[in-house]
Amino acid sequence: MSEMVINIISGIAYLILAPVIGGLLAGVDRKISARMQRRVGPPIMQPFYDFFKLWDKQPVAVNKAQSFYVTGFLLFVVISGLFFFTHGDILLVVFTLTMASVCFIVAAYSSNSPYSQIGAERELVQTMSYEPMLLLMALGFYLNCGTFSIGEILKSPQMNFIYMPGIFVGLSYILLIKFRKSPFDLSVSHEAHQELIQGALTEISGRSLALIELAHWYENVFLLGFVYLFFAWTAPWSPALGLFMCAFTYFGDILVDNCCSRVKWENMLASTWLVTLVAGFVNIMFLMQIR
Amino acid sequence: MSYIKKSPWLVHYDGSSCNGCDIEVLACLTPLYDVERFGIVNTGNPKHADIFLVTGGVNTQNLPVVKQIYEQIPEPKVVIAVGTCACSGGVFRDCYNMLGGMDKAIPVDVYVPGCAARPESIIDGVVKGLSVLEEKQKALAVPVREKQALRERELEPEVAINKSQEAGK
Repeated sequence: MSEMVINIISGIAYLILAPVIGGLLAGVDRKISARMQRRVGPPIMQPFYDFFKLWDKQPVAVNKAQSFYVTGFLLFVVISGLFFFTHGDILLVVFTLTMASVCFIVAAYSSNSPYSQIGAERELVQTMSYEPMLLLMALGFYLNCGTFSIGEILKSPQMNFIYMPGIFVGLSYILLIKFRKSPFDLSVSHEAHQELIQGALTEISGRSLALIELAHWYENVFLLGFVYLFFAWTAPWSPALGLFMCAFTYFGDILVDNCCSRVKWENMLASTWLVTLVAGFVNIMFLMQIR
Repeated sequence: MSYIKKSPWLVHYDGSSCNGCDIEVLACLTPLYDVERFGIVNTGNPKHADIFLVTGGVNTQNLPVVKQIYEQIPEPKVVIAVGTCACSGGVFRDCYNMLGGMDKAIPVDVYVPGCAARPESIIDGVVKGLSVLEEKQKALAVPVREKQALRERELEPEVAINKSQEAGK
């Protein structure tokens, strides 16, 4: 009974705190990126200023369907996060996240703008690239802990990372795609004006764009939750290590973002599947042997 | 509290400029001037923009382009003409195809003179544009009925007073 209460409380905490933490993370991201480029950078609160400004702008939607799909994207991201933080099923989290990206792709496809269409196509390729690794991760947790339930995974006797380092490497690799960082910022990029304007977001403006930002904040927080799962076990100091590794992964992604240029979609697809096969699949084989 | 002053996103369009001003505009984004510290982002997408930064004069070729970009920016929006050519047509003003400065095509809010305009003056122009942007947002926030009442009071003070007296009765 008390476990259920804890689950409900953590679910509500996710609903309220995730946008705050996600927005702050985005602000820290911009600040650190600026410092890496020897600039001063915007204030930490900048993503919130952007959000409220976009909320007040004149609504310009190209069609009625678009805002429906954008809302669907936000809703599915929030729901999959809720499954995660109420200690639900990790497979369910992965599949609901796929529904969210389907909504995002359809929102981009709903307008005739060529930039939006290119963005949608590239987003499809990105989904193709990262999806196998997410499934392998869920499978890895099942083989290692004997359950798909996140509540049980958190109670595992040893650190999961010890048995699944390959899967962790694979997850860190695809997180670059999910965080929309270079070298994999193909569908939506802040630096690709010449090539695709704003990609999948080109035709989305005002409140819809604000909702997409909000959804990304929610998404980033629970994707870092996956990282946390690798370093969670029964030891009392494991939460500290987990949070440190989340911060370390995020910082690493920012560093890679500032070091790399965008790759072609073929290279992205080939390299992510290679990493998935070599790091992820070999790790799965190993887990199957020892269990 | 208006957030639009803290997060102005701009779209930059090169009219018929010689590229001098464009290089200065891009210089504003470099680490030396770093306009991103004010929250300014060069979006390259008119649908996300608040500020239309335009260099060079308007001619018969780019007139429809300038107008289209202007129309695609959602309200509230501000137009900043950067450089002498955008202000008045500059050295190109007597060319057969030139219409003149940017204000011949779209309403311009801030003029930044200079050939080429220096990054400092461009940033100054954008900051001036921000207060215009805030005023426009305040004007947009006033409901239509109140706006009509204000206009009536300005145009025909007596009629407005009579109306308000009738409403009082």
